[in-house]
Amino acid sequence: MINYIIRRILWAIPVLLVISLITFSLGHIIPGGPFDREKPLPKEIIANLEAYYGLDDPLWKQYTDYLWNALHGDLGPSYSSRSRTVNDIIKEHFPVSAQLGVLALIIAMVVGIPLGMVSALKQNSYIDYFCMFFALLGVSVPAMTLGPVVVWFFALKLNILPVARWGTWQQAILPAFTLGIGSAAILARLTRASMLRVIREDYIRTARSKGVSEKNVTIHHALKNALIPVVTVIGPLFAALVTGSLIVEQIFAIPGCGKYFITSVTNRDYPVILGIMLLYAVLIIVANLVVDLTYAWIDPRIKYT
Amino acid sequence: MEIKIIEEKNEKDTTVVEQRPEVNLWKDAFRRLLKNKMAVVGGIIIIILVLLAIFANYIAPYHFAEGNLVENYAKPGAKYMLGADFMGRDLLSRIIYGTRISLSVGLVGAITAFIIGVLYGVTSGYYGGKVDDIMMRLVDIMYGFPTLLLIILLMVLFKSTFAVTTPGTFAGTLNAIDKAFGGLFFIFIGIGLTAWLSMARIARGMALSLREKEFVEAARAEGATNLQIILRHVLPNLLGPCIVRVTLDIPYYITYEAFLSFIGLGVNPPTPSWGMMISEGYRAIRSYPHLALYPGIALAITMLAFNFLGDGLRDALDPRMK
Repeated sequence: MINYIIRRILWAIPVLLVISLITFSLGHIIPGGPFDREKPLPKEIIANLEAYYGLDDPLWKQYTDYLWNALHGDLGPSYSSRSRTVNDIIKEHFPVSAQLGVLALIIAMVVGIPLGMVSALKQNSYIDYFCMFFALLGVSVPAMTLGPVVVWFFALKLNILPVARWGTWQQAILPAFTLGIGSAAILARLTRASMLRVIREDYIRTARSKGVSEKNVTIHHALKNALIPVVTVIGPLFAALVTGSLIVEQIFAIPGCGKYFITSVTNRDYPVILGIMLLYAVLIIVANLVVDLTYAWIDPRIKYT
Repeated sequence: MEIKIIEEKNEKDTTVVEQRPEVNLWKDAFRRLLKNKMAVVGGIIIIILVLLAIFANYIAPYHFAEGNLVENYAKPGAKYMLGADFMGRDLLSRIIYGTRISLSVGLVGAITAFIIGVLYGVTSGYYGGKVDDIMMRLVDIMYGFPTLLLIILLMVLFKSTFAVTTPGTFAGTLNAIDKAFGGLFFIFIGIGLTAWLSMARIARGMALSLREKEFVEAARAEGATNLQIILRHVLPNLLGPCIVRVTLDIPYYITYEAFLSFIGLGVNPPTPSWGMMISEGYRAIRSYPHLALYPGIALAITMLAFNFLGDGLRDALDPRMK
């Protein structure tokens, strides 16, 4: 087990190296530099700027320098906002994306898991059909459709919530709902399927035949086991919510990492692009590692070598 | 003919076929699919959308780029059924033409994902060992990428690298193709480059277990080559789950395009992409909410239809899951 964990963590290193290398190269083959302006800067100034940021070094040196600094926790300067480093930018914008992700995840769990449970317990009833239709709707309605609809209805028509921006809890409701509802639907379907599988197991029948009350069977015997696959997807779901929140950030004008990424791409701000990309890659890799480990921890039948 | 025989061989283990030997897996699955109301509804919606896309120029009352600035933001009425947008273009016509964009992205995404993913996955799973190790490592690395961010970066790369208009050069040719597709060509490549991953994993997993099956061993004993075994015994048996996966992934490809067009990295105006229409309409949502809502509804209906069909296919191809 320990061996497995160590191997998995070590494997993350080459993955991150390759991702950084690909992103770095993509950044450098894209024509147009960070110092391009409508009215071109004098050659000397560009040369000075490039020397200052080390952009006149050979590419391999730029890359190794970047890696070396990144390993020391310094993701470099930002070309487009001179007064801030990439670290500053991530410190400022990432918490926003993370908060949005956490709120969306909470909505997804609070709505999705009970919905799936009720559905499974009342299998093939109208409640079940209703819940599952709702879940299918939630999977299918994209944030791009839902965002404008909730803004129009709750913010403009009923005028009870703000249209956009970030800071107060009222401003968080609509975007978190828009982002979370799709995951709520995924969790509902997963919980239902897993619950249905578990309530057919022999040990449930045993518990029932022993005279355990139906409520007890559901809560202590079935639910606990049915939640195993649900718990394990929560990590990747969170990673997907945070890294995928840029659609919602764009719709609600939320100053998160994703929105800033789009701005940086237009500005050719390579260090910011690389920094956000690496940060999100780490998030995804850690989330996937956590799933495998929780699986092994929750379900002792799974052995890793 | 060849496929049919293999399917029957495979079904022997599930014992159902023993009593009704004339039924084959695909016919059986199709029969179950037709019994599933949701799947049928999804299928019908998709057929309607395809017809709308093919015959858009006959059905739509106006051309998608035809606008009358005097009538911008015209209210829905007799002349413009769903109203007109900020350029005075008929919204309904643009939504109808928009089916072409979304469906072609879905189709191209599905085809590339299927071809690259299945070939890659089968090779990896069937040969196993070192080959599998190396090939799956690559997939693991690609999985580490935040997909949307990567696609955005690729789009910027394509759009600016090939922004050369000199005819005859490689970049110039690509740029011309992209222009002819209204900016869709690069979206196809961007989505294709990322779409095959999940397919590769599924195909690999299936191939890994299929190669241990008795019928593969039997074929090998009869002297079949690896290529023959893959083509005749492995591929037909993993088509089912792969078709289900790709149907359920189509909505994702469609939203990727819509999102790229929403942030201005997708199709070139005036190509009527639903994502671009939502973004244009969203700017005027205070006064004209319908401009963002209708294309959004079109997008949601399309995704719902593919999810209905995908779910139905899964239940039909794997009845044990029910």
